[in-house]
Amino acid sequence: MAVQADTVARPGRRPGRRFAGIPYVLLLPGLLWLGIFFVVPMIFLLSQSLQTGSLETGYRLTFHFATYSDSLSQFARQFLRSFEYAFIATLLALLIGYPLAYTIALKAGRLKPVLLVMVIAPFFTSFLLRTLAWQTILNTDGLVMKFFRTTHLLSVTSALGWTNGQQLLSSPLAVVTGLTYNFLPFMTLPLFASLDRLDPRLLEAAGDLYARPITTFRRITLPMSMPGVVAGTLLTFIPAAVDFINSQLLGNPQTAMIGQVIDGYFLRINDYPTAAALSFSLMLAILILVSVYVRRSGTEELV
Amino acid sequence: MASVEKPADSGDLVLHSLTKRFGTFTAVDEVSLRIPRGSFFALLGPSGCGKTTTLRMVAGLEQPTHGEIRIGEKDVTYTKPYRRPVNTVFQSYALFPHLTVWENVAFGLKRRGVGEIRQQVSEVLELTELNTLAQRKPAQLSGGQQQRVALARAIVNRPAVLLLDEPLGALDLKLRRQMQVELKRIQNEVGLTFVHVTHDQEEAMTMADTIAVMNAGRIEQLGAPAELYENPATTFAANFLGQSNLIRAGVLDRQHDSATVALPTGTVRVPVSRLPADIDKVWVGVRPEKISVHEHPDSGPAGANRIPDAVVTDASFMGVSLQYLVRTPWGQELMVFEQNRGLGKVNRPGDLVCLSWSSDHTFALDAGQDAEAGIELDAEAG
Repeated sequence: MAVQADTVARPGRRPGRRFAGIPYVLLLPGLLWLGIFFVVPMIFLLSQSLQTGSLETGYRLTFHFATYSDSLSQFARQFLRSFEYAFIATLLALLIGYPLAYTIALKAGRLKPVLLVMVIAPFFTSFLLRTLAWQTILNTDGLVMKFFRTTHLLSVTSALGWTNGQQLLSSPLAVVTGLTYNFLPFMTLPLFASLDRLDPRLLEAAGDLYARPITTFRRITLPMSMPGVVAGTLLTFIPAAVDFINSQLLGNPQTAMIGQVIDGYFLRINDYPTAAALSFSLMLAILILVSVYVRRSGTEELV
Repeated sequence: MASVEKPADSGDLVLHSLTKRFGTFTAVDEVSLRIPRGSFFALLGPSGCGKTTTLRMVAGLEQPTHGEIRIGEKDVTYTKPYRRPVNTVFQSYALFPHLTVWENVAFGLKRRGVGEIRQQVSEVLELTELNTLAQRKPAQLSGGQQQRVALARAIVNRPAVLLLDEPLGALDLKLRRQMQVELKRIQNEVGLTFVHVTHDQEEAMTMADTIAVMNAGRIEQLGAPAELYENPATTFAANFLGQSNLIRAGVLDRQHDSATVALPTGTVRVPVSRLPADIDKVWVGVRPEKISVHEHPDSGPAGANRIPDAVVTDASFMGVSLQYLVRTPWGQELMVFEQNRGLGKVNRPGDLVCLSWSSDHTFALDAGQDAEAGIELDAEAG
């Protein structure tokens, strides 16, 4: 009956047909953008990575795959270090960002917009400046340093190999701190979005069904915020793994990350094929890691 | 796991002077109630009357300003919600979207760490006819199915008290009628105390053993549905629960079982038992379906209460009944419902008629109250 009424109400009109092209038209600007600024450079990069030659003599595509194996074996340590630092920074950002996002979303009340702006506020200054600021913060004359020295935390971190000697700067600790700080908003915002959508009535219902607050968190809040956790960790891990600023400004040669190496090969050593090969390897490694992660976290249904 | 007292140890739900203030607003005002174990109790009132706040205090989701809540011998006034032998069917259902129907229903049992979860869950799923949907997620269910999951999730715990917060509010009329019967059946089967909050007077009357009519944070009247309907104690109860004709009147003479009361023109008789003592200015009330319409302006059975020389001003055909508006000689319009039994003629606007009803069906209320109380609220809520 309902179907009949529907066709009667709109005689001669085939719904959908007229608008069939609209999605493609809407996709067009984005696709063009991606094509010109992502796919084409990727092809250049791939081709570059397989070329031989030098800046002076010019490059020729020789399908020299050895560039990959050579650069990978040479910089395996920097590769691993990048992932290690990125992993630790992501974990720290999650540990800091989750309570922060939770508080803003569920407990802040009228302060919610203010706190949210404060999370985004660092974006108003440049990434570089913010990282440079950390040089000042962790400076040998700084308060943080004083705190670390008087509490003898510095000897602990030194013993663990996180810092070297009598300073905080130029250390793995400083690099990871910088990474954590710089990408914290990318962790906090998706978490906030997830937690803000959480219906507080579900938490009441869990309490009504004999769940203590901690159980409610574990069984309801956390699983329901998994999309935010996944998005936040990806948005933190990926840029942290490829970052080349933090290790440069806050680290030492022993903390060099792969982004820094690529940066050097492109801009200082001018060995384009090696830089391109490293870039490509990095991209692939991240792609694989991310797909495994997303698949294993199994949050498709919640998104 | 939260320890919860066994329902077997508990008895009646008792509220004593329960009060909740939000700032200067008193949502619940000195409510005292005893709800016997195993009964189906309805808190009926318009939105904002404090019924949901009362329920939330029993559930532990809201802290009373003062007063006491006891279940059996145990004072649970300040007990954490997860320690109360109370479960709630929320108006929004509040089903956990990331869990299956089965997991939703098992949630409470798991938290309490009771054994035989599998068996208990399947029994309840059977009772609520959800077995085939056990592995679905809430988003894959219809409104009625979600409602049943919310119910199953609560009753599986065998709480001492089951709270239902407008559980049928989101369903369409047909499904609501069906679920009313269903809920009543389930309550009979499980024998738990149900406290049902609703603004739908028909729903309350269909299901509840006892109804408390709430208004502005207070209980206006409490009793069995038929008792409330036939003997409303206040104009609010008279108007909110069904419809009433209220006519201003004065008591002329009280005999031992019935009293004579003067209407603006003529007199009627009211049983003394339904007349407030020591009050002479009253509202005389009669339900629209109790009134008969007679074709001649001065007819009707002898001994009955009669209003002769009335004029039909509006007649609507409702299928099962005919609804008339009839103007009395003093200009008041009374509502009359007549069953459509195909007897007699259908009156038209302008017809001169006589109204009559049995004096036993007459009630009287203190004229100090607003005759309109509860009318708009009901229309709004319905």
